[in-house]
Amino acid sequence: MTDTATATVPPAPEAKPALPGVQVDPANGKPSLRRFLGDAANLFKGMGVTFRYIRKPSRVVTREYPENRDTLKFPERFRGQVIMPHDENGDHTCTACTLCEKACPNGSISILTTKNIASKRVLGAFVYRLSSCTLCNLCIEACPFDAIHMGPGFEMATYSRDPLDLILNKKEGR
Amino acid sequence: MATEQGYALPPGFSLRETRADGSQEYFLNMGPQHPSTHGVLKLVVRLDGETVIEVVPHLGFIHRAIEKMGENETFVQYIHLTDRMDYLSSHINNLCVCLAIEKAMGIGVPERGEYIRVMVSELQRIQSHLLWWGAFGMDLGAVSAFLYGFKEREKITALFEELCGARLTMNFFRPGGSNADVPENFLARVKEILEELKFSLDEFEVLLTKNPIIRERTLGVGALSRERAINYGCSGPVGRASGIDFDVRKHDPYSVYDRFQFDVPLGKNGDCYDRYMVRMQEMRESIRILAQAMAGFPEGQYRSKEKASYKVPAGSYYANVETARGLYATYMVSDNSFKPYRIKSRSPNFSNLSAINEMSRGGKIADLVAILSTLDLIIPDIDR
Repeated sequence: MTDTATATVPPAPEAKPALPGVQVDPANGKPSLRRFLGDAANLFKGMGVTFRYIRKPSRVVTREYPENRDTLKFPERFRGQVIMPHDENGDHTCTACTLCEKACPNGSISILTTKNIASKRVLGAFVYRLSSCTLCNLCIEACPFDAIHMGPGFEMATYSRDPLDLILNKKEGR
Repeated sequence: MATEQGYALPPGFSLRETRADGSQEYFLNMGPQHPSTHGVLKLVVRLDGETVIEVVPHLGFIHRAIEKMGENETFVQYIHLTDRMDYLSSHINNLCVCLAIEKAMGIGVPERGEYIRVMVSELQRIQSHLLWWGAFGMDLGAVSAFLYGFKEREKITALFEELCGARLTMNFFRPGGSNADVPENFLARVKEILEELKFSLDEFEVLLTKNPIIRERTLGVGALSRERAINYGCSGPVGRASGIDFDVRKHDPYSVYDRFQFDVPLGKNGDCYDRYMVRMQEMRESIRILAQAMAGFPEGQYRSKEKASYKVPAGSYYANVETARGLYATYMVSDNSFKPYRIKSRSPNFSNLSAINEMSRGGKIADLVAILSTLDLIIPDIDR
């Protein structure tokens, strides 16, 4: 195959012989009324499937998506976006070990560290760029402290890029 | 070069001279935004009236350099990129990379892990064929078929969502097994899906297989002989419809496929109808495999002990699998580091597409749509 249409004009293809159609008897190649009626019956059988669904609406599975937004259920393992759960005191369990940063294939995670009052290295900001995230789950698997999870939700459209750069921790330190 | 109408043709393009009656050949661009090309594929079609003389596919609209990106990522990170090649066989693509890594590092897979792999792969094959069935109906003008196909596929996608949290880009298999065990109700759900699927497949036969319009548009259309199919490297349902008795699951078994009884459906003429029938029969064979896997589903671990790091010893490694579209292979070269030196994917769609000129030559444009549909192309897999 050439990468553009060939410079040399290809020979005109030979006309293909007429193929035996469906309404033609395959034995002798002549039109057959029996075959025609059989085909018509098959068309109506196909229509019958549609009518069966009309008679039994309980088998219809349509879901009204934007209207049922409040009742949507997400499976436990659903991979929406990375979230960092906080307990009732507003604390998280991240120790800024940067394993998730290393596991990320796209560089979507940056761990910025700082020092607390005891000059211990703690988490400053967990920068998460949703715009470059492929939701592959590798950071969650890498985390030894269960500090990050995959949350529900899939409606991520925004009007600009800024809302997609997130800082997941609510406060510095541990 | 300017034509009589004054339109200039791009360099490299030429048309036969205008005939005495004033008729002329012409070029037509089909795609990249055509609904029946199933993605961003552009076909330059040389036409004489409505008869196709030559079809030249133009690729590269969705090229993302996945193989080059793979060189900058670790072996485990590379797995999730293969989701984005053939996105309807993402589990099976992931499996291929895992098999190559396992071969390189000598990682074993526990019994349960192997069974999970086989079951998930077969479910993936069924859902891919269901989507193809719906799209095929829609391409040939039966919009309701699309809804019937998607209705069945949705059940399997919902199961995958519970299994690994994603519906398309799974990233579920890891070297040594999978990244999670199956949910508790997995087997019951699969059983339920298969029961409903058997009923639906019978419905599908009534809706499309026996439909005279579909038969008329596919019987004898786009025939590809066995020899030509081998020359083009066609594999999967396209090759099997032409009579190539080759299925990686059967002839080079990976995972635990050698334990299951199943047949490889073959076609005779290699036309659109044969490709259709091969896929319909493959779904039933997948159901057979799943029933056997469910009967012997073992207890135990789903993954062998995870390694601290996946440093692949120097050398080159090859693994191949049968995706829903044919032979998918990964060839990786490692220089004893955490990242591959070079990684190459052999995608089935590229080879299958290359036969399109031969298939559609001499037919009509409407036949070209039927041929494109039964080739079941995934464009991101061609471009990568």
